[in-house]
Amino acid sequence: MSDSNWVYTENVKDHFMNPRNILDNIEEYKYDGYGKTGNIQCGDEMLFVIQVKDNIITDVKWKTYGCASAIASTSKLSEMVVGMSLDKAYHISPQDVVKALGGLPDKKIHCSVLGDRALRAAIDDYYRKHGMDDKIEAQNAKVVCNCMNVTDKDIEDAVLEGARDFKTLQEMTKLGTVCGECKDEALTIMEEYIEKYFD
Amino acid sequence: MSYKRVYLDHNATTPIHPEVKKYMVDKFDLFGNPSSMHEFGREARQEVEKNRKIIADFINASPDEIIFVGSGSEANNTVLSLSACPLKSCNIKGLIKPKLITSRIEHPAVLETVKCLNGKSAEVEYVDVDSQGKIKLDQLEAMLRKEQALIVSIMTANNEIGTIQNIKEIAALVHQYQAYFHTDAVQAAGKIDIDVKDWDVDFLTLSAHKIYGPKGIGALYIKKGVPFCPLIYGGHQEEGRRAGTENSLGILGFGKAVEMRKIEMKDEGIRLLKLKNKLKAGIIEKVSHTKVVGHEKDCIPGTLNISFEGVEGESILLYLDLMGIAVSTGSACSSGSLEPSHVILATGLDAEFAHGSIRFSLGRDTTEDEIDYVLDTLPGIIGKLRKMSTRELRS
Repeated sequence: MSDSNWVYTENVKDHFMNPRNILDNIEEYKYDGYGKTGNIQCGDEMLFVIQVKDNIITDVKWKTYGCASAIASTSKLSEMVVGMSLDKAYHISPQDVVKALGGLPDKKIHCSVLGDRALRAAIDDYYRKHGMDDKIEAQNAKVVCNCMNVTDKDIEDAVLEGARDFKTLQEMTKLGTVCGECKDEALTIMEEYIEKYFD
Repeated sequence: MSYKRVYLDHNATTPIHPEVKKYMVDKFDLFGNPSSMHEFGREARQEVEKNRKIIADFINASPDEIIFVGSGSEANNTVLSLSACPLKSCNIKGLIKPKLITSRIEHPAVLETVKCLNGKSAEVEYVDVDSQGKIKLDQLEAMLRKEQALIVSIMTANNEIGTIQNIKEIAALVHQYQAYFHTDAVQAAGKIDIDVKDWDVDFLTLSAHKIYGPKGIGALYIKKGVPFCPLIYGGHQEEGRRAGTENSLGILGFGKAVEMRKIEMKDEGIRLLKLKNKLKAGIIEKVSHTKVVGHEKDCIPGTLNISFEGVEGESILLYLDLMGIAVSTGSACSSGSLEPSHVILATGLDAEFAHGSIRFSLGRDTTEDEIDYVLDTLPGIIGKLRKMSTRELRS
């Protein structure tokens, strides 16, 4: 095969072609935490399951209906989090994964957030089952976009990743892509975070 | 399995025909400005006009009804922007905000242009299509009857699904209501016969690079007597209808490409239809849960659009690319926007089908070996992606 000028880095290509830790059969996998995120309207959906011992992630599996970036970044993420404490894995950011992959085109960053969202959902599930609800951060976050379930915290992340206008914010979070009613509120929150971090 | 490079994206663009290349290389030193009166200019003018006639003949037009433009997109922009012209000569009906009617499956060069005009200098209405991509004529007639329209623009053949409209019937309907009719024939030209007189269209768009000619050159047919004013001002070229020194080399490449189409298109159409049917039957046989999108009969011969349940199109495209096979997809992820194919959605299929759609577009260089290679390669790719997919297979 010709390997020159591929759309993505060699590392992305490797993970795309040979994704690690794919969930084979959920019936046979004893998981401690289960998370599913995404929306088929936007063309991606992610399922992430984890095994946990003494607050350490011992094994993970995942599945996706998604593009190359979603596949590669989740594959990489699945390697990174094994052996990690729940707390550390919970706070892994999409940028960490993208960096570990050697970068993704800007347009594809938004596809890579799916994996860590699903992972966080799986950890939330674990926390909930083990009476550790106080650790669930999303509960404190406020949902801004009801259609796509995007919170003010997601907007904060997007600003940190470079969103400075509504269109970019939409690309990164998928916020406001269905009914669009949240646009004004989202813009105000985005401005607040830009001011907080960058002005 | 050995690696092959297989190009099945001819609706995106085509490789240069060897005869076109040879002709263009031979004429590469023809640098004169066709507008100059001296011999250098006259030599270039002669070539430009010779090829204008070849292209005009190809669609049964007169040479003075053809203007050369930079692309099919420019031709489409030029026609639709007539509605925005402040000059009386083109705002033919004296309408303040003239109505434009187009379809939901047009190329972005039409859809984005009317979107920009909509509400400002024009009002736009969109005709729906049925599940096979055919325009709903009843709906079009209702729109025409309700209010005087200025221009109706309906593509001859769709680039994504290949569906061919009955342009003669649509043009007759549009003229019955005293509107002008434009058709973007970029995907149809060189694949089916075009006759602007028989079809009775007012404007028609052509592009060279879809028919094995060079990029950067298109043509617009403007029926004699139809009001017109240019999109690009600044010179008297093209009888004042499009300023800018003619792209002589592009024009003669375009003309040669048309000449080759005249010779090759009939037999090639038969051959490509056979290959497409083989590809279609093979995929349906080897891969479950697929859906072919497009018209069963009225479809350009080499275009096959097929949707794979449970898998996302960009992943399929890139796995095929790693095996050397070039296709395109209606998935949002490959478009850079977050919207999946507007054409697939317009046929009534849902977003999952649109995200999982793959377009194979065959061309003059496509061989049966290549189709066999795709049929050997594709099922494994779909199987691999479905294995890691969160989606249940429906239907």
